[in-house]
Amino acid sequence: MFNLFKIAMRNLIRYKRRTLLTASLITLGVVFVIVFVSISGSFKAMMIGQITDSMLGHLQIHRKGYVASIDNLPLNLNLPPQAYRKIAARLATDPRVAAFSPRIKFGGMFSNFVETTNIRLNGIDPERELQTTPLLTARIAEGETALRRGELWVPVLLAKGLKVKLGDVVVIVATNADGSVNGKQFTVSAILESVTGPGGRDGYLHIEDAADILRMSEAEISEVVVRLKQFDRLDEARQHLIRETADTVDKQGRPMLEVHSWEQLSPFFNIASMIDVMTFFIKIMLVAIVLISIMNVMIMAVYERIREIGTIAAIGTPPGRIRTLFIMEGFCLGVIGAVVGNLIGIGLVVVLNLIGIEFDFGQQKGLLLTTTLDPMDVLVVSVIVIAVAVAASLQPAFKASRMEPIQALRHV
Amino acid sequence: MALIQASNVSKDYETEEVTVHALRRVTFDIEPASFVSFVGPSGSGKTTLLNLIGCLDKPSSGQLIVAGTDIATLDRKGGAAFRGKHLGFIFQDFNLIPVLTVYENIEYPLIMVQNIPPTERRERVASMIDAVGMSAQAAKFPHQISGGQKQRVAVARALVTHPALVLADEPTANLDSQTAYTVIALMKRMRDDLGTTFVFSTHDTKIVGEAEVLFRLEDGRLATGQGSGEAPHV
Repeated sequence: MFNLFKIAMRNLIRYKRRTLLTASLITLGVVFVIVFVSISGSFKAMMIGQITDSMLGHLQIHRKGYVASIDNLPLNLNLPPQAYRKIAARLATDPRVAAFSPRIKFGGMFSNFVETTNIRLNGIDPERELQTTPLLTARIAEGETALRRGELWVPVLLAKGLKVKLGDVVVIVATNADGSVNGKQFTVSAILESVTGPGGRDGYLHIEDAADILRMSEAEISEVVVRLKQFDRLDEARQHLIRETADTVDKQGRPMLEVHSWEQLSPFFNIASMIDVMTFFIKIMLVAIVLISIMNVMIMAVYERIREIGTIAAIGTPPGRIRTLFIMEGFCLGVIGAVVGNLIGIGLVVVLNLIGIEFDFGQQKGLLLTTTLDPMDVLVVSVIVIAVAVAASLQPAFKASRMEPIQALRHV
Repeated sequence: MALIQASNVSKDYETEEVTVHALRRVTFDIEPASFVSFVGPSGSGKTTLLNLIGCLDKPSSGQLIVAGTDIATLDRKGGAAFRGKHLGFIFQDFNLIPVLTVYENIEYPLIMVQNIPPTERRERVASMIDAVGMSAQAAKFPHQISGGQKQRVAVARALVTHPALVLADEPTANLDSQTAYTVIALMKRMRDDLGTTFVFSTHDTKIVGEAEVLFRLEDGRLATGQGSGEAPHV
């Protein structure tokens, strides 16, 4: 095999310019893919991180039917206290779970005593919530990062619209589960930016304040947000939680709970999927570049060496060896392109990190993109290039191995 | 037993308009360790006959047995294996592999054809390269040596596998007369040393005299030699 490799390499060196051009083309393709995969992958990971770590969490547990009518924030689909206690006990001992946080979500009226508008409110346990969605405080444009009882974090849209400032007293009025109405005064302690853009109307208050307004004797939880230790094992953890919560049933004996991943809850998942589709098509382009360039080179190589093929066939070289000889040339070209391309690509990723790429995402300004490269991506790109290089060599190699030595020797 | 037995061997080539009779009912035997030449003008069938003996082509009719094998029974793979085991080739244009050195060209059939282990390979190549007087040029590439040296390398490459038969089609056609004699003398010496049968074609009248057995071909027929009605020149 080493001798085949040696001969293949010498044949490549024999046509220096052609080999250099082809290897450069493959290298360029690999560099482009590596840099694109790195930037798009890092962008996607960062965006997912922003959404999950500042709002959604990795998984959410709801009562069945809650998510389907989440726009109404239905209080009658909150979890019964005993159901939440059961969930909490299981999550507390689950080795996959890093943290979890209960929320009471409800719609209400937000008034500054002059004007009134509607608001979506999240009653949270501040300590648990910050463990579960650690970037929540990064959304605070003004104010304190601690949320105490009697305080309210107001979305920037409402703060601007109603000209509410830090320290102002506002009123929240909400309809309870039994249809009665209750109100409570709060002090604005923070102005909160939205994750996804100017449309956000989500405010935050302490979970006990939420239970007070809704006149709950014991907190009835709308959703439990879960943060996992290993985000890349999201599906496995979700399936595990589905199994674990299957024994919580309603009066009819049907499963009461649903477990959703962030992908099912956020429209950004479609954008993330689009990034994956773009990456896939970029890889297809790389395949086309490698396929066409190597096939072209190998067809030329066979055509130019017909007499040589005739000679080695005449002296008894088995057809399989002749085939392997040409496949080896394609393989070597692929390896050269993949190795050089990966090295330059990795170098460019390092340079991009040194330069620093800033971008905005929704209301989040000046996010610094740290490009990372998954070794698996490097491996996948390398395997694609080498496999396609070998595949592109097959037709010319078969042609060479099937040549009749007598005709090949006559070739001028 | 004869190394080559040709019995009424004919070879026809069909074109769209005519049938070309390249060989017509040729019959002859060649004994082991012979130094044989086929001579004749261009188009007389020398190369066709050598191609048949070399299992590069198959006769249209008749029987051709080389080293005990009827070459008509060999398929592509079997033909390659047979050539690798029993035959050596020397070409008019030397046909050395340009990306390999002199040493590597000689070593090539031992690696790619016969899978000889490295130690034995080294010994055989060293012995053969020494025998053809190319030790000093072992590391040179074909474009760095002369035509005569290239043909000496080709002789070594043909003999390094220890074949029973070496076929040489016009081996001296691209060499000056002095070099041609040197190459023929080398082939003869190798025959004496190794007992290998050499069959070569030529139209060089000066070289013809070096053959121990001579067959003259004219229009695809044996004009002199066995099967022609005249005894071969010895």
